[in-house]
Amino acid sequence: MRSRVATATLTMLALGITAACGGGSGDSDEATTATGPIKIWLSNNPEEIAWGEQMVKAWNAEHSDEEITAQEIPAGKTSEEVIGAAITAGNAPCLVFNTSPAAVPQFEKQGGLVALDSFEGGAEYVESRSGDIAEQYQSPDGQYFQMPWKSNPVMIFYNKDVMKKAGVDPENPPLATHEEFLETSRTIVESGAAEAAIYPAPTSEFFQSWFDFYPMYAAETGGQQLVEDGAATFDSEQGAAVAELWATMYSEGLSPKEAYNGDAFAEGKTAMATVGPWAVAVYGKDVNWGVAPVPTSSGTSPEETYTFSDAKNIGLYSSCENQQTAYEVLEFATSEEQDGKLLEMTGQMPIRADLAGTYPDYFEQNPDYETFAAQADRTVEVPNVPSSIEIWQDFRDQWSSAVIFGETPVEEALGTAAENATELAGQS
Amino acid sequence: MTTRTETEHPSAPPSAPARSRSRLAALLGRQPVGILFVAPYAVFLAAIFAYPLGLAVWISFHDYFFAAPGAEVERPFVGLENYRSVLADPDVRQSFLNVAKFLVINVPLTVVLALVLATALNRAVRGLTFLRVAYYVPYVTASVALVSVWLFLFSKSGMVNQVLGPLAPDPSWLINSTLAMPVIALFVTWKQLGFSVLLYLAALQNVPKELHESAQVDGAGRFGSFWNVTVPGVRPATTLVVILATITGANLFTEPYLLTSGGGPNGASASPVLVMYQRGIEQGNPDVASAIGVLLVIGVLVISLVNRRILERD
Repeated sequence: MRSRVATATLTMLALGITAACGGGSGDSDEATTATGPIKIWLSNNPEEIAWGEQMVKAWNAEHSDEEITAQEIPAGKTSEEVIGAAITAGNAPCLVFNTSPAAVPQFEKQGGLVALDSFEGGAEYVESRSGDIAEQYQSPDGQYFQMPWKSNPVMIFYNKDVMKKAGVDPENPPLATHEEFLETSRTIVESGAAEAAIYPAPTSEFFQSWFDFYPMYAAETGGQQLVEDGAATFDSEQGAAVAELWATMYSEGLSPKEAYNGDAFAEGKTAMATVGPWAVAVYGKDVNWGVAPVPTSSGTSPEETYTFSDAKNIGLYSSCENQQTAYEVLEFATSEEQDGKLLEMTGQMPIRADLAGTYPDYFEQNPDYETFAAQADRTVEVPNVPSSIEIWQDFRDQWSSAVIFGETPVEEALGTAAENATELAGQS
Repeated sequence: MTTRTETEHPSAPPSAPARSRSRLAALLGRQPVGILFVAPYAVFLAAIFAYPLGLAVWISFHDYFFAAPGAEVERPFVGLENYRSVLADPDVRQSFLNVAKFLVINVPLTVVLALVLATALNRAVRGLTFLRVAYYVPYVTASVALVSVWLFLFSKSGMVNQVLGPLAPDPSWLINSTLAMPVIALFVTWKQLGFSVLLYLAALQNVPKELHESAQVDGAGRFGSFWNVTVPGVRPATTLVVILATITGANLFTEPYLLTSGGGPNGASASPVLVMYQRGIEQGNPDVASAIGVLLVIGVLVISLVNRRILERD
């Protein structure tokens, strides 16, 4: 009996392995010139959905034989996981208006993305719209597998009422240098005005370092990416200065080590948060807020301070049957008119050269966003390198160990993370 | 006059149709219709378990990544490279260590508590139905909902720390590298306990009352009767509970993912399945994730086999 069961098990395993060895190949060259109806996915926040719906309506009114069908990105832990699964299954839409730059190298490796350079004038369009910043979105081979779409330049958002309660000047809180940032944080917590000075998520997800380390590192280095020319840059004096600042914040209890189950900023548990312009719409009515650039050790002037872009881009996916139409929609959705509507309806910054000069009326009527618009010109993106997410996860693990929990020396952690990042970035 | 028949000469070789019939009979067994009844589950098993397991084994020996249909990609055979990389990865090693810590707490605690509670519930006590339901409710409730409750209980400003006051651990439970895994083990024990209690309750029905009476006649007290009659009497159920608890523990994912925010603090509560998810889904390395999965399956099989040998020996 036992041998029969064993034989059956082995047979089923062998069947599984044999079936697993199958593969497939195909040809999608014709698709780049094909036109017809397409499907797109939009992010699931109400403002972006509203923008997407009007954009689709405007396009469909003029293109009855190339209609767009739009839907929200299906539910999942992250959009990147859902898109990755859709690429594998071959049912990704033509365009996703929420493609994370960090995931682009992986999607590209999967054969899921179409280079915009494949379309006539594609690369020129990207560069003319976004200017010099477009270079950050190029793949190592020089092609554009993503359309730089909109950024949410990260700044220090603060609660003026909490600052006032702590005895800090709410209109001009001293936050320019690392020393001032620390002192203000100490004052806030010691006064009891808030439980925390600033409350970045202390959790281990790979993307969390984009909201604690990376903005300050970008500011400290004047716009250096995490990896440049295939080598990690952060095992440096500047990297250590930022890491030490945060290590002090955690060790002195100015930033809690335990994740908060809720919105710590909205609930007044923390005085500050690192956020983008989306926060104006979210907190604007309930919180008396102010905004400041991220600090540097020497107190760089706001006009020279860089930060993390927190951009979301548009990807054109290889499973699309009518890629020419998809590309035309991509140009339409990023036209000056549609970018203006995106700005009006979502408060997020289209990645355009001279944003403030292109939409002067909007910024005159919405001065709250002016600071963010000025900051949008000096943003740093996650590096477009192989194994991008793996690099960030490893960085986060080292960061957690050294900076949040103080279990390893900061410099040692940065050294290990840099060594691993350089090695991973060199893999293809 | 005599006649020659095959029955009179069993050593004579059977004819070809007879051989074919006997082979078919041997293959189909005495009740061929049984195959029809078994077939749906066998197909389900092959499609849902055997195929993915086979695929995982195959992937673990290749440089594999998920690709779009039609994409021309190379997935060369890499032998044991993925296994080498997994075994050299400190995060993976720590996750296996974490889950071992989890099992050491969870499995004995599940067995002891479930057996004691089942024995108590087996006697006529007031509120029996309420108690049975109360123990079973956590088992049928979604982990996500229960984790939220435990977050309020064990967070820094949670109820447990407020009750403990100055005795509360610092760092707090869920960000304490020593206590995070025991808290998870406690949570899973509590959540899964109802099912084990049910298994023991069923097993207790098969322990003859006469044995307890004999033990009493021989002078055994309550504990003596429990130890010498009940415990050996439910041994098959204990084997099942231990193996199921081991399998459940080895598949630990939701609790470290939600309760300790992704295996924190600093990987102290990361489980192999959580690391598989990070490597395979988030980072796009299903080959490495498959190697972890295969090692986990082997580990669980070995532990279950050892448990079975120990628990079923006379």
